Amino acid sequence: MASLLQSRTPGLSFSSSLSSTPVRRPSAFFLKPRSGSRIPVVRAKIREIFMPALSSTMTEGKIVSWIKSEGDVLSKGESVVVVESDKADMDVETFYDGILAAIVINEGETAPVGAAIGILAETEDEIAEAKAKATSQSSLAPAPSTPKVEEPSPAPKLDAPSPAVAAAPAPTAAPSTPGKVVATPFAKKLAKQHKVDIDKLVGTGPFGRITPEDVEKAAGITPASKSNVAAPAAPAASVAPAAVPPKAPSSFPEIPGSTVVPFTTMQTAVSKNMVESLSVPTFRVGYPIATDALDALYEKVKPKGVTMTALLAKSAAMALAQHPVVNATCKDGKSFTYNSSINIAVAVAINGGLITPVLQDADKLDLYLLSQKWKELVEKARAKQLQPNEYNSGTFTLSNLGMFGVDRFDAILPPGQGAIMAVGASKPTVLADKDGFFSVKNKMLVNVTADHRIIYGADLAAFLQTFSKIIENPKSLTM
Amino acid sequence: MQSAISLSLSSPSTIARSDCTAAAAANSYICTPRSLRFCGLRREAFKSKSFNSLSVSTRLLPCSRNSSFKKVCAALQSNGAPSKGEFDYDLVIIGAGVGGHGAALHAVEKGLKTAIIEGDVVGGTCVNRGCVPSKALLAVSGRMRELQNEHHMRSFGLQVAAAGYDKQGVADHANNLASKIRSNLTNSMKALGVDILTGTGTILGPQKLKFGKGGSGDTIITAKDIIIATGSVPLVPKGIEVDGKSVITSDHALKLEFVPEWIAIVGSGYIGLEFSDVYTALGSEVTFIEALDQLMPGFDPEIGKLAQRVLINPRKIDHHTGVFASKITPAKDGNPVIIELIDAKTKEPKGTVEVDAALIATGRAPFTQGLGLENINVQTQRGFVPVDERMRVIDSTGKLVPHLYCIGDANGKMMLAHAASAQGISVVEQVSGKDHVLNHLSIPAACFTHPEISMVGLTEPQAREKAEKEGFEVSITKTSFKANTKALAENEGEGIAKLIYRADTGEILGVHIFGLHAADLIHEASNAIAMGTRIQELKFAVHAHPTLSEVLDELFKSAKVVSSSHVAQPVAV
Repeated sequence: MASLLQSRTPGLSFSSSLSSTPVRRPSAFFLKPRSGSRIPVVRAKIREIFMPALSSTMTEGKIVSWIKSEGDVLSKGESVVVVESDKADMDVETFYDGILAAIVINEGETAPVGAAIGILAETEDEIAEAKAKATSQSSLAPAPSTPKVEEPSPAPKLDAPSPAVAAAPAPTAAPSTPGKVVATPFAKKLAKQHKVDIDKLVGTGPFGRITPEDVEKAAGITPASKSNVAAPAAPAASVAPAAVPPKAPSSFPEIPGSTVVPFTTMQTAVSKNMVESLSVPTFRVGYPIATDALDALYEKVKPKGVTMTALLAKSAAMALAQHPVVNATCKDGKSFTYNSSINIAVAVAINGGLITPVLQDADKLDLYLLSQKWKELVEKARAKQLQPNEYNSGTFTLSNLGMFGVDRFDAILPPGQGAIMAVGASKPTVLADKDGFFSVKNKMLVNVTADHRIIYGADLAAFLQTFSKIIENPKSLTM
Repeated sequence: MQSAISLSLSSPSTIARSDCTAAAAANSYICTPRSLRFCGLRREAFKSKSFNSLSVSTRLLPCSRNSSFKKVCAALQSNGAPSKGEFDYDLVIIGAGVGGHGAALHAVEKGLKTAIIEGDVVGGTCVNRGCVPSKALLAVSGRMRELQNEHHMRSFGLQVAAAGYDKQGVADHANNLASKIRSNLTNSMKALGVDILTGTGTILGPQKLKFGKGGSGDTIITAKDIIIATGSVPLVPKGIEVDGKSVITSDHALKLEFVPEWIAIVGSGYIGLEFSDVYTALGSEVTFIEALDQLMPGFDPEIGKLAQRVLINPRKIDHHTGVFASKITPAKDGNPVIIELIDAKTKEPKGTVEVDAALIATGRAPFTQGLGLENINVQTQRGFVPVDERMRVIDSTGKLVPHLYCIGDANGKMMLAHAASAQGISVVEQVSGKDHVLNHLSIPAACFTHPEISMVGLTEPQAREKAEKEGFEVSITKTSFKANTKALAENEGEGIAKLIYRADTGEILGVHIFGLHAADLIHEASNAIAMGTRIQELKFAVHAHPTLSEVLDELFKSAKVVSSSHVAQPVAV
């Protein structure tokens, strides 16, 4: 058995003499000042739990499972976490008593040896502080605040024979707590996982028992994400869940002989995103662009593996670089969120679904790299192997139906983005110039849908003007 | 046990080997003739009816199974004629379960005229209501588990649409398997000419019994020797009302008449664990109720801990430990099944659990009523028939009842189907004139969860206790399935094997395996214990690569035996 390598975090130590002897921990000493001004004294005892080195060859370890959950009271020598090394799973014990305040590295994730995987607090008072520390430790930042359902407790608990036992958080699934058990085993597991107070729930299952669905509902989880597999979310799965408008009670007439095919996970995600988009006030601006120069360039670079998608993405990215507001997002309806990178999501139809692989930093990569990257992304998308950040990190979306001969269309703005561009087919068109001369040139229509809370008509017009200049004079694309 | 074995180890290097394959099988076979000679000597003692001299004789292990050359000729004969004509049969076995079946087959091989009495169906608990149908259900649950585990499938590059099951199809599979094995069993006895007598067997006196449906129509027969092999039934503790629908035993559960959304399993031993595997795979949630403080009592603690991490914690299972189910009321009048819990020690109430169904898996009770044991002055202990180490029945005065033996669950020594069979074979050896004592420590046990658990010999605490008493040191070594190529190819690297041994002699005290196909892997260790093979010899045995058996290979190789001087090195031929 290995033991946790823990250290006091220096910034939080209140006294250097104590920090050099981390084992010394006279609890009575710490209990005393709690009545008085406790802040300067008690806040010292937050320890990081480090990824231990279980063998000499181990460089990183995977968390198999946390035996303890956040909030559990730990005593010295207890197994806390199971770590997978290059050879075997090992239980890891704690050196110290305390409370597991926060889990930094979740189950199934990997951390290098020596990295903080959890935060141990000495007393309950420090949990909040430790949690704050945990969030700064890791961008993963778990523990979202769970909406609690305020309902009267359905089953008043019987008085425990020994109140001391009942008061302490039981390490196991509360087998020793007397009283009516009305939650199913999986419901209890979920409640613990999502930090839902199960006593406050009202069960909807048989005999009024709390079912896993009840807990998921209370935790704000949609049943769609029930499977532990990350569902490939279609057009930019938004992080901030916008309020879903209540579905209008609809009753369509039954047409005999119809078949009902349930949505796949991807289709469910598309549907959800589309409904969500209704809460954003959008408007549309169209623009005709001559493409003769672009077509000529395309013919030249095609043998080098450059695709039209890459050309359009690169052009859009370069235009966005000059108009950052079109690359911005309105997250809360009160502010602009300017994105630091320009990530072009490109909508791709994939048998029975729709996904938006993202070309990250499209303004910085050259055409060839971008084309190569795009090829990889499409292959991955076909194999359903896209990582979440490869389909939900877009800041601007491009949708092209030109290859099908569509001359113009109108795209729905995916939640979480400021604008989406719909590109139609390039077609020979008779044009008259300012001197009245007629000519035939290839022309395509682009149509941009944008969130009017942050992007106004003039912004979009200016952006489109820049975009059309780049397309009509595409030399800068190859530079 | 040790003495007999170490004797045999001293000589083999002098024997020339003409056959390469025999070299691997090594020393244990070579000792066989010697052991047989011992048995022969003892037969003389047996004939002079001096039982006392028998009971003080050295315990001898391997003699029955090794005399294969003799078996072959014997098996060609059919059921023999009764030896002297004084008795209807040489051997009558009451109960045609796996124990009785094993004894009957061996008896025919030994040339004994044999009859078997069965009041229910041939095959007993194992075939009809136990090991066999439960394996069918577990085979289904294993596949369901695999198909449902998208992550697992994806790591193979496989894509599977949502897996579902048809309850009746699953139940039929279990039922068909039971009938098939049952007819195999019946046919194998019929083919050898074993008389299958239908009805309840009752002992009337020494070497005399009757069978039939009870009453005057019963037939009275005599037999030189009688084996009781009546087995067991599910144990239902007081206060629990079994209705066969919402409160059930394994007998009902195996028919899979309904898959409840939430089932409480009372008892977390083999039966409870296997059913938790089946039910959770089929979508139920499970609550364990265990009287002891820990789940999975009886398993090696370390194995139990790991198994709990894999078989319980990630599944939809919770548990109440240290509590008895004092009262269980079946579901009726629109109420769920109500289980009242009390503290196992203080007997204080510990609340109630309301579930859709409850499975009582608290163990098994011997089925010994109506056997007529009172006619021969035998008193059962908690239902079990008291026996000595040779399965000879002991009466209420502590004396052995001549010509009466009891094997299997009915004697309670080791309630496993294959143990009953081994005991039966041991008894047949004795009645056909060769002394034999079965080493129960060499009998493996397995729990067919996914992955499986298997064990043979002592657990670590038992070994440490024994070591303290006898003054030797226990050594332990472990290997992981994670390091095994075949396991990794199957994406099933979860699991360990653990060897408990004496470093001074190389004797195996116990082996515990948790991992893929553990139940099939244990036999290398159980055979080694039975044959008395030492670790220093096993280290030279070759295992095919890549196979799971290399987990054990590595286990033996990682053991450190202090002195191995008396072991002959393998010689290249």
